[in-house]
Amino acid sequence: MLEQVKHVILVLSGKGGVGKSTVSTQLALTLKESGFKVGLLDIDLCGPSVAYLMNLEDKDVHQSSEGWVPIYTDSTKSLAVMSIGFLLKSRNDAIIWRGPKKTAMIRQFLSDVCWEELDYLIIDTPPGTSDEHITVMECMREVKCDGAIIVTTPQEVALEDVRKEVTFCKKTGISIIGIVENMSGFVCPNCAECTNIFSSGGGKALAELVKVPLLGTLPIDPRVGALGGTGKACVKELSDCTSSIVFKDIVKHLTKS
Amino acid sequence: MTQDKPENAPEHCPGTESDQAGKASACAGCPNQTICASGPKGPDPGIALVKQRLCDVKNKLMVLSGKGGVGKSTTTSLLARMFAHMNQEQNFGVLDIDICGPSQPRVFGVLGEQVHQSGSGWSPVFIEDNLSLMSIGFLLGSPDDAVIWRGPKKNGMIRQFLSEVDWGQLDYLVIDTPPGTSDEHLSATTYLAGTDGSWGTVLVTTPQEVSLLDVRKQITFCKKMKVPIVGIIENMSTFVCPKCTVESIIFPNSTSANSTEEMCTEMNVKFLGKLPLDPRLARCCDEGKDFLTEFKTSPTVIAIKNIILEIQKHFECN
Repeated sequence: MLEQVKHVILVLSGKGGVGKSTVSTQLALTLKESGFKVGLLDIDLCGPSVAYLMNLEDKDVHQSSEGWVPIYTDSTKSLAVMSIGFLLKSRNDAIIWRGPKKTAMIRQFLSDVCWEELDYLIIDTPPGTSDEHITVMECMREVKCDGAIIVTTPQEVALEDVRKEVTFCKKTGISIIGIVENMSGFVCPNCAECTNIFSSGGGKALAELVKVPLLGTLPIDPRVGALGGTGKACVKELSDCTSSIVFKDIVKHLTKS
Repeated sequence: MTQDKPENAPEHCPGTESDQAGKASACAGCPNQTICASGPKGPDPGIALVKQRLCDVKNKLMVLSGKGGVGKSTTTSLLARMFAHMNQEQNFGVLDIDICGPSQPRVFGVLGEQVHQSGSGWSPVFIEDNLSLMSIGFLLGSPDDAVIWRGPKKNGMIRQFLSEVDWGQLDYLVIDTPPGTSDEHLSATTYLAGTDGSWGTVLVTTPQEVSLLDVRKQITFCKKMKVPIVGIIENMSTFVCPKCTVESIIFPNSTSANSTEEMCTEMNVKFLGKLPLDPRLARCCDEGKDFLTEFKTSPTVIAIKNIILEIQKHFECN
């Protein structure tokens, strides 16, 4: 399983809608821009977002003798993507599965996709601490996993769920690379007043509490949000915005070790 | 028993619920033979228990969304509080079946409360005289405790919540759910479908395409599971800057400004209304304060009142 993959990174969060998929895709794109060969695997079976975010919704997965061939974003083949979204016929189709079926699908994603040689494999996960997570964690025992990046928003409600995810990582022996705080503040485009819509400082407080590094804080930036669905890299399109700087920092942190 | 035959079953399939399941001659060679032969027969005994327990609950309203973090828990609390404010003489209950990420204890400001067990079942925690709450959050020792369970254990917990909580007589039971279309949703809908009285669901989304994508899947889920859809609520529609009062759209939809309404028309479901993005509401949820009494004049309060009237109309007609 994943023998030719050098580094595996999980993107986790106990809470939904905090930006796991956005962070996963932008992280993959930033790594690609830095010249690495990257894979992006979406194991959120009930709500796959990666296909949409990468603008690959109309693509189909092909089967070869070595397994499923992932979707490549361009002809350089430096970013490979796999998601259940590619296997559904229509956007309205729902995956109504109980745990065991989801487990089987994830095992298949991890063992039957022919990624070829990769520097980094980013795994985007659904919210929670249940079937999908237990399965991935079990599989990660067999491969060399660098650890998990935990995404949160500054709100107490989100932090509460994220603390549970930290406990999950500690109990199951997944090391935590760090915490990314998303949606930190919103700068009004009219008057430049920064409003902390979802409060502030929560990520930092959590990082101190559970003693893991804070990798960065991403502001709410509708321009970055608008990149979702285009598959474009934030670091390339909006190279001097705060989010780009944060993503570059995270990549620096990941690649130095 | 033809109704429980799978579509791709062999000819002369005795049906998955039959005593002959997995043993009849037609079963030889069927890929599901071992499952049929070993699985428990007949309907889940939990359905009868839930039906009996919830016989005094008139209406059951599930709050669903395929996407996480769109405001299911916030909307649930706003709806329940508004119900309780508007109808002082009626009783309401909130059940949080998000096992891995329960938020209701914090949103209602009752973190750290204890649930007591009596002869008639678990007693829920009372928020107001006519509003009570049950959540797995009350059963965890510390906020760091994680519930690391696979599906079957979560299902057992949901069954217990539905069949063993002593709600008393309720006019509405509002049920907050986790994101997705999986174990929790299948269990809850199966149990609720077997109860008396009416039930339905409201779906919550944000205007973004990436959220609508998951909500479309949830609508398909509801149609397949025959869950009556009351309508769709759009949350976090616009943000009004507290300094200059200029409206910004933080979670824009790249294809259309009325994305949710258009999806509603396309999928033939009712659009219930929009809730603006209000930092004061986020803060109230974090602190567990009642937004409805703290900020009476907020546009959110007016919007939620109208949504309640629509929901009540729906349940009165059905």
